[in-house]
Amino acid sequence: MKELSLNILDIIENSLKANAKNIELNIIEDDYKDLISIEIKDDGCGMDENLTKEVFDPFTTTSTNKKVGLGLPLLKLEAESCDGGVYIESEKGKGTRVKICFRKSHIDTPPLGDLPSTIVTVLATHPEVNLKYRHEVNGNVFEISTEELRNICNETICTPLVLNGIKEFISEKIKDLHGGA
Amino acid sequence: MDKIKSIEELRKLREQAQSFLKARQGEAKAKIYISMGTVGIAAGARDVLLAILDELQKRNFTDVQIIERGSMGLDVEEPVVVVERDGVKVFYGHVTPDMAREIVASHVINGQIVSDWVIAKE
Repeated sequence: MKELSLNILDIIENSLKANAKNIELNIIEDDYKDLISIEIKDDGCGMDENLTKEVFDPFTTTSTNKKVGLGLPLLKLEAESCDGGVYIESEKGKGTRVKICFRKSHIDTPPLGDLPSTIVTVLATHPEVNLKYRHEVNGNVFEISTEELRNICNETICTPLVLNGIKEFISEKIKDLHGGA
Repeated sequence: MDKIKSIEELRKLREQAQSFLKARQGEAKAKIYISMGTVGIAAGARDVLLAILDELQKRNFTDVQIIERGSMGLDVEEPVVVVERDGVKVFYGHVTPDMAREIVASHVINGQIVSDWVIAKE
């Protein structure tokens, strides 16, 4: 994947497949600690202990129409080659938490990329799911949940006009986090 | 239109969107399925979806439902977009954002299948 926001979308898709109703996405960028940390928490069906141990094996997948699952193994390899890592905690019936770390200044660390597009993609295809998004850059925080957005836009939330508006809105807020440049 | 910078501006957008929604009743005229598995995402499905949204907005067409599907087992053809209209499902393969715009304009809105890019029908 070219950017981390695509990996994030991939992991959120996993959560959606696990029938999650609430998903939390926490992103921290910290220049002082030289860290990018991404946490994705869901209340989906979770995994038992054995499956949790095996998720990084490329030949482990829950899919029935193919035999490989490369999303997590490749991300782990990528993170580890950038002095970071991927950690997973899961409990059957409760949910799953995925944590991804990268060293921010590592030359191979991919850019976070287009996060607004990732969020709008989830919103457009799963308007019923509540996604809480929190983004912190060197202590500045922006938070929004799709529940709030739904309260503002209610039935119009699925229309392309409003979705594009939300994408612009989040882009502007992320720009502000980075100093408005 | 200016960039949306505040919740207040989003609220205004909602009023604008409501007037389009009024025109639509009952089942959507067309359904668009997009494959969002790992392979689809890596191949560019997200940009294709956003291009579809953008084109729908440009043409003021809201009578459509967009549905995400996991991998459909057509990984070599990703990104795959399926348009269901008039009771027929048409599969398009190797869709780029530009192709997606044309599919929206001619198939989703006007019912003309873009036969050059069709990989399957059901």
